Amino acid sequence: MSSPTRFKKTSLIALAVAMVLIIVGIVVNLLPIPDNSMWRVLFGVSTLNFTLRATIPLALGAMAGILCERTGIINIGIEGMMLAGAFAGFVAKVATNDWPLMASLLVGVAAALVAGAAMGYIHALFSIKFKMDQIISGTFLILLAGGLTSYLFNPDSVAEGKFSPIAIPLLSKIPVIGDIFFNNPPITYAAFIIVIALHIGLFHTKWGLRSRAAGEHPRAADTVGINVNFYRYLNTTLGGMVAGLAGGFLVLEAVGQFQEGMTAGRGFISLAAMIFGNWMPFGALGAATLFGYTQGVQNALLLAGVVNIPRHFISMLPYLVTIIAVAGFVGRVRPPAAEGKVYETEGSSE
Amino acid sequence: MSENRIPALEVKHITKRFPGVVANDDVNLTLYKGEILALLGENGAGKSTLMNIIYGLYKPTEGEIYVNGKKAEMHNPKDAIALGIGMVHQHFQLVPVMTVAENIMLGAESVKKNGLLDIKKVAREITELSHRYHLDVDPYATVEDLPVGVQQRVEIIKALYREAEILILDEPTAVLTPQEIEGLFEIMKRLQKQGKSIIFISHKLKEVLYISDRIVVLRNGKVVGETTPAEATQEKLAAMMVGREVILTVDKKPARPGDVVLEVKNLRAKSDLGDEALRGVSFQVREGEILGVAGVQGNGQTELVEVITSLKKAEGGQVIINGEDMTNASPRAITQKGQSSHVPEDRHAYGMVATYSVADNLVLNTYNLPPFAKGITVNRPAIIEHAEKLIQEFDVRTPSPHTMAGSLSGGNQQKMVVAREFSRPIKLLIAAQPTRGIDVGSIEFIHNQIVAKRDEGVAVLLVSSELDEIMSLSDRIAVMYKGEIIDIVPREEATRENIGLLMAGVKRGEKVSVTG
Repeated sequence: MSSPTRFKKTSLIALAVAMVLIIVGIVVNLLPIPDNSMWRVLFGVSTLNFTLRATIPLALGAMAGILCERTGIINIGIEGMMLAGAFAGFVAKVATNDWPLMASLLVGVAAALVAGAAMGYIHALFSIKFKMDQIISGTFLILLAGGLTSYLFNPDSVAEGKFSPIAIPLLSKIPVIGDIFFNNPPITYAAFIIVIALHIGLFHTKWGLRSRAAGEHPRAADTVGINVNFYRYLNTTLGGMVAGLAGGFLVLEAVGQFQEGMTAGRGFISLAAMIFGNWMPFGALGAATLFGYTQGVQNALLLAGVVNIPRHFISMLPYLVTIIAVAGFVGRVRPPAAEGKVYETEGSSE
Repeated sequence: MSENRIPALEVKHITKRFPGVVANDDVNLTLYKGEILALLGENGAGKSTLMNIIYGLYKPTEGEIYVNGKKAEMHNPKDAIALGIGMVHQHFQLVPVMTVAENIMLGAESVKKNGLLDIKKVAREITELSHRYHLDVDPYATVEDLPVGVQQRVEIIKALYREAEILILDEPTAVLTPQEIEGLFEIMKRLQKQGKSIIFISHKLKEVLYISDRIVVLRNGKVVGETTPAEATQEKLAAMMVGREVILTVDKKPARPGDVVLEVKNLRAKSDLGDEALRGVSFQVREGEILGVAGVQGNGQTELVEVITSLKKAEGGQVIINGEDMTNASPRAITQKGQSSHVPEDRHAYGMVATYSVADNLVLNTYNLPPFAKGITVNRPAIIEHAEKLIQEFDVRTPSPHTMAGSLSGGNQQKMVVAREFSRPIKLLIAAQPTRGIDVGSIEFIHNQIVAKRDEGVAVLLVSSELDEIMSLSDRIAVMYKGEIIDIVPREEATRENIGLLMAGVKRGEKVSVTG
């Protein structure tokens, strides 16, 4: 209802990919297929579990991008925001190692959120107040986060423990689906809640209507008394928080440690997911799932060693799929119309 | 009408200075309850600035505004809206990808108890409003799919939804077809009957005389006079606007047509959307005559001009210029070999480079020829000298030849384009909507230039959706309807009525259907 149907298609395609994966996964895992068959390798529970773990940071990164870009601020700095979140989460975790594990981890999450928000706010400040080119500002954030975290990182420090899975009563007992979706650590659940909340927020609340207006036609918003730049500051900062959480996921839930440059291009693949999903939360989730799945398959193929292809080619898979998806669909999506444009009013400058 | 004369809005001693310009100079204006007040003025006279001040978008340098007798403090549009002021902007302030309901509620959202938007309630209220004021619109339609006239209705409902009592319509007719203009005027009268007060901004004299109760004329940021339609005539208003006598009718001798310069044979083309825009168009234009192409916008006129000038590919048929087949030749071949000029419909997209200087814009299609080119370099002094000459000859009001073209007013941009296109030795002139959106003084000038070209022996193809323009300039009138030339009428036989019927698709001699 909110955006014309002809531009919704790609987000539906992305979503369909995710659905197909789930359905095939269920079928394959319920049928008595031998463990060493290709079907098992491609769609086994362990592959799909890995897919989910690879998908979460991409999905969160894409939500961060949607938050910023829907109000008109281009955000190519997600990679930097993630890395800052990961590092802050790690530092906070290490500093509170002797606290009870859960408290220490939550402090880590809080630190990741704050670091991400700070990066988002800096991006908003550069883009709105100082009218800096938003691509340059985003690039700056990536370089800043990369340089600063590797300079400050002490390889001897160790974070003790990470989030462990929490089984959801009843739901986790469902065959296959329960194993994949309802027996996960907390940030994974939070990511799904964020996707749903963002969709409802964008398309069914006052905040979302105003945010989208600010990204599509800021002057129209201004003429009905909406403070365009307030929404841009707010959403870019929120976007930074979500990207920070993606970084927190890597350190506090997936790996348990920080490594230099550990985001490894996930911020950029998130951007691709956002575009492929046509700036729609569910579309971007679907796209993130597709990209996450290629990583899951890559992993499974390397472990199983069933195919006779040099491992380097298999390692290329996620990036190859990203390029194909974005190149093939980029002409069919429509970004927010006022993206990247500074909004100035005669009234506000006086 | 406004016998009791209660002021709804009073503007007192408003002055607005921008760096280097005084846009409004001690302006006083009163709008009475239930009246339609026309604010007339040339482009750049300060009308829009004044309205933006009333709507809280600009802050006045000096002066005060009173609404319903009370002094109004306006810092942003929110304050103006709260005081019952609504504005329909010249460029619609609608979000194209959102629905009508979303656009209307934006900034004044209805929210359900659970915090979510109440689209259904808003849609109901829109339907109610559209019944009350006969403003038919579907709340669930996406704005970008709607025709311009309907988008304007959405803008009006947007103001009414906020319970506006004072409506400012900033050049509302500029973007409308003649039929849509009539529809708008009916709406305005209905709003007036319901007690709304309206400020109608225009530079079209006929419209102002037709619709308003009172007319205030603005020139160079000052109020230069006030009158009523009963006292005023078009000539008087034009003189007030421009500050000198303006001859509204074009004085021209009978045409002396010579050889055929442009011949179009069975031309076919598709529109950008892929449907058939030209379905076999044929005509000839001779030396020393003006062929006017009339028609409601969107009947293939745009595509016709684009195909002749090779901006669009012909799917079939021929374009013959000076006896040579130029179908789908390069645009440069058409201008140079074909010795033709093109004043495009959309001057921003095809007529000029807004970020180039006036001087550079004046050599856009001759920069590669001597004296402007010297080998592989350009000859700056020659370009500047050329610009200075044309600026004077065509009265382009610009601070200097180096000024960025985009910063000129619309009328002066158009004069710049006309200067470039008319100053070359040409045999064929293609002018599409040559006076759209420009003021009376400039219109007069451009019309005279077109007739002067004809008298020099140039063949002129004039495309315009302004029937008055077609009637006053053309020697023959071709009417386009649904991608075909439905008829070509000699000027002597043409009346507003028979051309109007042809524009609606009714051929001469055919019976008029009632619903038509």
